[in-house]
Amino acid sequence: MTESNVTVTVPLPEALEEIAQDFTALSARDRLTLLLDFSDGLPELPERYAGHEELLERVDECQTPLFLVVEVDGLQDNAPSQGARVRLFFQAPPESPTTRGFAGILHEGLDGLTVGEVLAVPDDAPYRFGLGEAVSPLRLRGMVAMLGRIKRQVRAKSVTRAG
Amino acid sequence: MSVETDDNSKFRDYAHPARLVSTDWLAGQLAAGNADGNSDLVVVESDEDVLLYDTGHIPGAVKVDWHLDLNDPVRRDYVNGERFAQVLGQRGIGRDTTVVVYGDKSNWWAAYALWVFTLFGHPDVRLLDGGRAKWVAEGREITRAVPTRTAVDYPVVERHDASIRAFKDEVLARIGQPLVDVRSPGEFSGELLHMPDYPQEGALRGGHIPGARSVPWARAAAEDGTFKSRSDLEAIYLTEQGLAPSDDVVAYCRIGERSSHTWFVLTHLLGFDTVRNYDGSWTEWGNAVGVPIEVGA
Repeated sequence: MTESNVTVTVPLPEALEEIAQDFTALSARDRLTLLLDFSDGLPELPERYAGHEELLERVDECQTPLFLVVEVDGLQDNAPSQGARVRLFFQAPPESPTTRGFAGILHEGLDGLTVGEVLAVPDDAPYRFGLGEAVSPLRLRGMVAMLGRIKRQVRAKSVTRAG
Repeated sequence: MSVETDDNSKFRDYAHPARLVSTDWLAGQLAAGNADGNSDLVVVESDEDVLLYDTGHIPGAVKVDWHLDLNDPVRRDYVNGERFAQVLGQRGIGRDTTVVVYGDKSNWWAAYALWVFTLFGHPDVRLLDGGRAKWVAEGREITRAVPTRTAVDYPVVERHDASIRAFKDEVLARIGQPLVDVRSPGEFSGELLHMPDYPQEGALRGGHIPGARSVPWARAAAEDGTFKSRSDLEAIYLTEQGLAPSDDVVAYCRIGERSSHTWFVLTHLLGFDTVRNYDGSWTEWGNAVGVPIEVGA
């Protein structure tokens, strides 16, 4: 199956779609360079998480474990949670630039979106960046796992208080 | 061998000292301009992470990716002679070029690349002892500048699997003969289906091939990722495990990368005559129908 064949129905959020277009407009070699930019640009953990890996979820499906945590801002009791904002935080070592690059894409594409928008991101989104031919499809499984865990955390953290 | 070998005293004890170079030796070659442009020496980086080279590499080094460049994109196999010739020729590597390979994770993927180069009989391919980590730890120069090397014609050479590569049916037929399982103890016993800290790579059953000895690959490496001395290696593989250099040995792991490291140790450092890497490894054996499996330490 080629990557374009899975781009069927569910659209990506605007920021993620722009990133996907940036990648797919490039040659496979230049996609790697852009992925490296995302790796370089992945924000550091804020102070409240730095050095506290126990507060983060470990994503074992990446070649080198990545840690991530989701915060949901603006939740109100007894109010719909769909409009609350999602914040994403990641940690991966510089020796794992591919994993960092995947995290950087998801950070730039999803951070600050609403709960409803993040939960609507299609699970095949990682296959829409043309990265399969640049890094091999096997390696994309790490990004699929990150997205899955982000959505799971968002779901868990947005339903509790909204009841 | 077209480029002088590293006359390092540690290497002299090994069976094939010409297969290793030190970071000092390589730095000296770079300083002398021996790896520039159309030189006889090409440095190759081979890592697990496809982008690691791009974050900075030894000046003049080219990247070979185990997945994109050495594996066939469709079937589970290595590339053929045409594709191999293309990959090397594009990087300015000719049949006479001396290749020095280095990489991350104590040279797992570098040893794997060296083993694949050996399938094609590339005459002079060497490993950088200690790999990428040692070079970086010593504060030596790294750069993001990608070298421009003039493409050359690499001949189309047929791959010769028989002498250093083992297939499942061959392994099945020789159960009882020396077999080295280089995975972690948990993978060997069957408690884990994959490496600690690593993704599940799809094996349906845990355990090891009957009669295999458990010698995790990392036992051959010192703290700094360099190979242990010959006497330390002999203590492990000969004295403790009872292997002999005349034995017919097969090594395996999960997909054949860690066992390439052990293949290198047994073949080039200890001088074993017949060592084959079973690259199908546990991701094949642990999924195969009806093959015998042993569990427990």
